Amino acid sequence: MKTDIILAGVGGQGILSIAATIGMAAIANNLQIKQAEVHGMSQRGGAVQSHFRLSSNPIASDLIPRGKADIILSVEPMEALRYLDFLKPEGWIVTNAAPFINISNYPEIESVLNKLKSRKNTIILDADTIAKDLGSARSSNIVMLGAASPFIDLPYKAFEDAIKEIFLRKGDKVIEANIKALRAGREFADKR
Amino acid sequence: MQKLLLLGAEAIAQGAIDGGMSGVYAYPGTPSTEITEYVQHYELAKERNIHSKWSANEKTAMETGLGMSYAGKRAMVCMKHVGLNVAADAFINSAITGTNGGLIVTVADDPSMHSSQNEQDSRVYGKFAQIPILEPSSQQEAYDMAYMGFEMSERFKVPILIRITTRLAHSRAAVERKPLIDQNEISLPSNPHQFVLLPNFARIQYKGLLNSFSGFIEGSEQSSFNEYREGSDKTLGILACGLAYNYLMENFHDKTLNYPLLKIGQYPMPRAKVEKLMAECDEVLVLEDGYPMIEEVLKGYTGKENVKGRLDGTIPRDGELNPNIVAQALGFEEKKKEKLLDDAELKEIIKARPPAMCTGCGHIDAYNALNEALSDYSVGRVFSDIGCYTLGALPPFNAINSCVDMGASITMAKGAADSGLIPAVAVIGDSTFTHSGMTGLIDAVNENSPITILISDNFTTGMTGGQDSAALGKIEDICEGIGVDPAHIKVFVPMKKNHDEMVRIIREELEFDGVSVIIPRRQCIQTTRNIELNNRITELNLR
Repeated sequence: MKTDIILAGVGGQGILSIAATIGMAAIANNLQIKQAEVHGMSQRGGAVQSHFRLSSNPIASDLIPRGKADIILSVEPMEALRYLDFLKPEGWIVTNAAPFINISNYPEIESVLNKLKSRKNTIILDADTIAKDLGSARSSNIVMLGAASPFIDLPYKAFEDAIKEIFLRKGDKVIEANIKALRAGREFADKR
Repeated sequence: MQKLLLLGAEAIAQGAIDGGMSGVYAYPGTPSTEITEYVQHYELAKERNIHSKWSANEKTAMETGLGMSYAGKRAMVCMKHVGLNVAADAFINSAITGTNGGLIVTVADDPSMHSSQNEQDSRVYGKFAQIPILEPSSQQEAYDMAYMGFEMSERFKVPILIRITTRLAHSRAAVERKPLIDQNEISLPSNPHQFVLLPNFARIQYKGLLNSFSGFIEGSEQSSFNEYREGSDKTLGILACGLAYNYLMENFHDKTLNYPLLKIGQYPMPRAKVEKLMAECDEVLVLEDGYPMIEEVLKGYTGKENVKGRLDGTIPRDGELNPNIVAQALGFEEKKKEKLLDDAELKEIIKARPPAMCTGCGHIDAYNALNEALSDYSVGRVFSDIGCYTLGALPPFNAINSCVDMGASITMAKGAADSGLIPAVAVIGDSTFTHSGMTGLIDAVNENSPITILISDNFTTGMTGGQDSAALGKIEDICEGIGVDPAHIKVFVPMKKNHDEMVRIIREELEFDGVSVIIPRRQCIQTTRNIELNNRITELNLR
């Protein structure tokens, strides 16, 4: 068993929390992981990505080779397209539809979404609105993880358990909000 | 033993703690910062009273670490690659004094310049200092090397350089711990002249270092980090250093590697193993992140054509390695640009998203005021430094004309003013000022240079994630102490509502024929939830 995931977004959008949750779930299921992430200068509102590899066998490279990723999980639609080269031809894109606009030349959102829709194996959801409707706007990243969870070779419960662990110190309310967010994302993906 | 999920940088910290370290000394710098932060936040390190406060710069860190080694205890000094330039004097000479307690210098290189101004290769420094170098290929090796590095330093009686790169520092994997080793007791060097590098003593020490070198090579020959794997297909031999080994093995995860392979994790190079590889293979491919340091040696002055790597174009001359570059070097994959670039529509849609100053950042208000005040003068007179404010080089600010090294803003402004570019302006942050700006300020004060210095004070080392600033609450006193006229030290709060006042103050000081220091002062918005810092700011009456 092996899943290679490119996590994409903008600094501060919470892709490292997604990575931490998958990592926790993978370890609990006795899988090996390597997760390369971006720190430092690239955090300041710039594009950020993380290479997340989980496998039942030893993993050699910290970086996923181009053309070999199983999933691009992006919390921002334009950022999903940036790493397209890394994806297998039949790989899945799971992306948030809500743009994060902090540059003056951000493209027409319609052209971004059309480009994404033109590709098969693509799931687009407005995670920001889903999270807001659940009353926890900050859980948008976990909605995205829920939507990607069917494509990650781990039981759904492993993600719930990981969320309980990761948000342990933040209290029951935060845990519950994130579990709801996870479920909402999962349901969206299952209904596709 | 216990298994932990750690970044490469954290694995180094954990290895050092478990290996009996008594102190870590460092100045923050991506990608090395997390080593020290891990020690700072680790309960066991507190219990064991392990020193972990930040140093003012890499040179003071290196010297303090050497002092701890002198006293018989185990110390680690950490920095990013360019930090070793700052610490170089102490570093090179620490090889001559040698160590008493074990001393490890961990340097994190940044090939591809993810967060740096160059991609210098610290292995060259290790070779220059003539000390052993360890280069891990995994988080586990990073842990193991830090763990056993102190003992190695004590056995060889020299500092050990651990060289990592961004990719390993910031990649997470499982690490298995080893038994906790006790810290050393205090004990002074048996030779009272060991650390006294007067020429008379230094010559003796240096000869000792030179005589040790064959022992270092022998150590590399025996090291489990240097592994020779036999192979039946001798048309090619592969030498893979550090992380490059992983990129190689990634290309063989579904096929057998039949070429002889030499995996390198400890330098100086294991001579016999290298000779064997060269002798039995028709061609040798050298895979190393950073400079073609080993490749150059194997190629020799006459340029042996059967050595392949960065120098003959088999691998790009610059930038970080990755699995695809190695696949191309092996002929497994066509050499081509990213496919994305062929899709015109995608190219049109995907826009660059460079890092930017945060919304609400005080540097922004300072730059807006500076730009307006400078609109009366011709452009090209603002010298800046290393920090978040370097992002002022980008639109919409386009506010600065230089960024070279820590502290260079003040000194370059002085040099430009000496040339007649008056007024010249320096923009530097609070932490960078105490790192390397103060000495330049003395030069400027001693010659009453007509420069205006903005010390943009946000109470923290921001770019690396909000570490302590050695300058906290001290900037005016330092400037006055150095000799800046108190009438020309001006402080304001960089906020939109103060814009006109800021412009007026900057204009006045630009006209002054001497050294002015202007301090735009407002807390970094990323640190507002740091309770400890907030308490210090209140205590020092800084807002």
